[in-house]
Amino acid sequence: MKKGFKAVLSIALAAAMMFGMTACGGGNSGGGEEAAAEAGKVLNIWCWNDEFQSRFNDYYPGVAEVAEDKSTTTLEDGTVVKWTINPNEGMNYQDKLDAALLAQESAADDEKIDIFLVEADYALKYVDSDYTVDVKELGLTDEDMAEQYQYTKDIVTDSNGAQKGTTWQATPGLFAYRRSIAKDVLGTDDPDEVQAALADWDKFNAVAEQAAAKGYKMLSGYDDSYRTFSNNVSAPWVDGTAVNVDANIMKWVDQTKEFTDKGYNNKTSLWAPEWAADQGPEGKVFGFFYSTWGINFTLLGNSLADPDGAQEVGNGIFGDYAVCYGPEPYYWGGTWICAAAGTDNTELVADVMKQLTCNGEIMKKITLDTQDYTNNQAAMQEIADDPDFGSAFLGGQNHIALFVEAAKNIDMSNAGPYDQGCNEGIQGAFKDYFDGNVDMDGAKANFEKTIKEKFPEIESVNWPE
Amino acid sequence: MKKIKGNEVSYAKYGYLFIAPFFIAFLIFQFIPLIQTIYYSFFEYYRSGLKIIGPNPVGFDNYAALFEADFGKYAGNTIIMWILGFIPQILISLLLAAWFTDIRLKIKGKQFFKVVIYMPNLIMASAFAMLFFALFSDNGPVNSTLISMGLISKPFRFLSSVWGTRGLVGLMNFLMWFGNTTILLMAAVMGINPSLFEAAELDGCSPRQTFFRVTLPMIRPILIYVLITSMIGGLQMFDVPQILTNGKGTPDRTSMTLIMYLNNHLFSKNYGMAGAVSVILFIIAAILCLVVYFTLNADDDSKRIRKRDRLKPRKEAVNG
Repeated sequence: MKKGFKAVLSIALAAAMMFGMTACGGGNSGGGEEAAAEAGKVLNIWCWNDEFQSRFNDYYPGVAEVAEDKSTTTLEDGTVVKWTINPNEGMNYQDKLDAALLAQESAADDEKIDIFLVEADYALKYVDSDYTVDVKELGLTDEDMAEQYQYTKDIVTDSNGAQKGTTWQATPGLFAYRRSIAKDVLGTDDPDEVQAALADWDKFNAVAEQAAAKGYKMLSGYDDSYRTFSNNVSAPWVDGTAVNVDANIMKWVDQTKEFTDKGYNNKTSLWAPEWAADQGPEGKVFGFFYSTWGINFTLLGNSLADPDGAQEVGNGIFGDYAVCYGPEPYYWGGTWICAAAGTDNTELVADVMKQLTCNGEIMKKITLDTQDYTNNQAAMQEIADDPDFGSAFLGGQNHIALFVEAAKNIDMSNAGPYDQGCNEGIQGAFKDYFDGNVDMDGAKANFEKTIKEKFPEIESVNWPE
Repeated sequence: MKKIKGNEVSYAKYGYLFIAPFFIAFLIFQFIPLIQTIYYSFFEYYRSGLKIIGPNPVGFDNYAALFEADFGKYAGNTIIMWILGFIPQILISLLLAAWFTDIRLKIKGKQFFKVVIYMPNLIMASAFAMLFFALFSDNGPVNSTLISMGLISKPFRFLSSVWGTRGLVGLMNFLMWFGNTTILLMAAVMGINPSLFEAAELDGCSPRQTFFRVTLPMIRPILIYVLITSMIGGLQMFDVPQILTNGKGTPDRTSMTLIMYLNNHLFSKNYGMAGAVSVILFIIAAILCLVVYFTLNADDDSKRIRKRDRLKPRKEAVNG
């Protein structure tokens, strides 16, 4: 009797443990969506950080009130804007957004996504789907968008020629260097002279050697120069069911390995705390590749000794940075506003797009207030030509003038829907190679495994000879 | 006494009523998903961007792909990291349990220590992993302490070294679970009849002999229980390495556990492959459980027989 009971019990326990283990992982998506009980309409906006949220709250003309925790914004006509923010890294934002979009049809009107933001790395995935709306259908005209950069329209144009999104920013990249370190290494901190010294990769490598001799690091980590190579590839990442690694990506691998072995970098990874610290007062790094948002948003924040203190010379290394073009033109990032199919607020969505991406006055004001680079060629040219304009953070330099030149070189024709997964995958796989944990073949194999996990439809990965 | 049949009341139905909620919940939340998991493991079924591909039956293709894709390596990682945590855990726990229960040692503040060693288990595993991630980062407090003590000249990059990462995972599992194990083993030791210890003492046993000849054999069933629960827990190891390596199992996928691998497939909504991984894990867990069940039972039987044999003559003597 006792034995029988014990047998039953232990089988039950064992079964419970096994079931508990294998039945996990159903995926608890969604969450956090309280029922919209407010009177009037609800505008649901999905994004991955508070950048657009603060632009909207500060510059959209209809804003009446912002909730204390910033989770909602109330407009003058009573519409409530609900913000849903999911972090971007590791394709998390895409994952959550996909789940919500797939449920869009069955969602209640006030729960439907009205606007969602996409990044250059995966814009095409949504643009080439039925989940986005043609901006012309919403009421935006070519005249409205005449001053926008052509590339910002091209990248969100689907295979049928319909433009499915619009943006308030253009994101040309520059090389931001430390004036004090440039003086020590090159004997000058003048942007033109520094640019001459860094004009191509051979010169860049030579300066890296000089900097190392003086105890500095040329770059902070492995991924710093990545975008300058990945933006100058000859074809998109994916062709059919095959990932094609471009020869230019392998140039990044070779350069980074060389820099690592020779001690020209600090072995950090993008967005890591060590990487951010390298940009601050304790850092000994010559410079960073950054595009528009990175300079006034990320780099400025990291440069301060007291993050809550005044943004002025004397707080950390505020004023010690300057920008030059660097060895190769590139872009990095960019955020597009897309209207979600099924939105019940088309007029409002169209007005948000018009005000925040087409209105020249607002665009100019954003740039003057925040030093961000906005998507209006006339307004930007005006600021670039203004001899009185200068960024205190960059020691008085007019960086908009450089952006105007760099923006002309932006070519996003090789962007594709798989870019985020592939970029993160290759940076992750080759980190082990730079660290010396695997050889070249090992890193390649790990990249292939990662890609096949992320994208089950990919069948092969081709490497350049 | 004679039983009157008509007056007999059956309470059995209430028993069934009381256990019904478990079986209903089990059926809906565990059994049906399990069957579905097994079913979908034979299909090509995933999401490509916003398009759903499948389900198309593909037979054993998912399983074949699984074994091509280093399944064994991840199983190895899991076992290595489990052992790294389990060995120190069981040794320290045994030592502490022996000390805390030794009446001759008279340790002061026993209750306090018991609370302290249990503490790490109260912290969420992911929070604990975050903490270690910050502590052992390249510029973290551990590295700066080691440098200022002069033990190393430049930061040791724990999370970029294979054994650094695996070691940290083992260390965390050890820290989180040794308190729990200590308390279990103490309960086991305290369950031993004190007269056995007294007898051992009278016979002149040294403390070491008492431990190895009396304590250890007597707590064997609990030791096996600890081993099994730990093994099942180890097989499910996920949150600590996932958070510590940001879900990448770096470096070189040497800290990628089986469940992390499963999670990778689930994240890309690849239900076919994820199902195949789950089924294999289910089989492994089932085999482990069966092995344990039979060894435990076989052991019980043989012991009981021996005991009976030993008791027999005495009983006869008493009766006779």
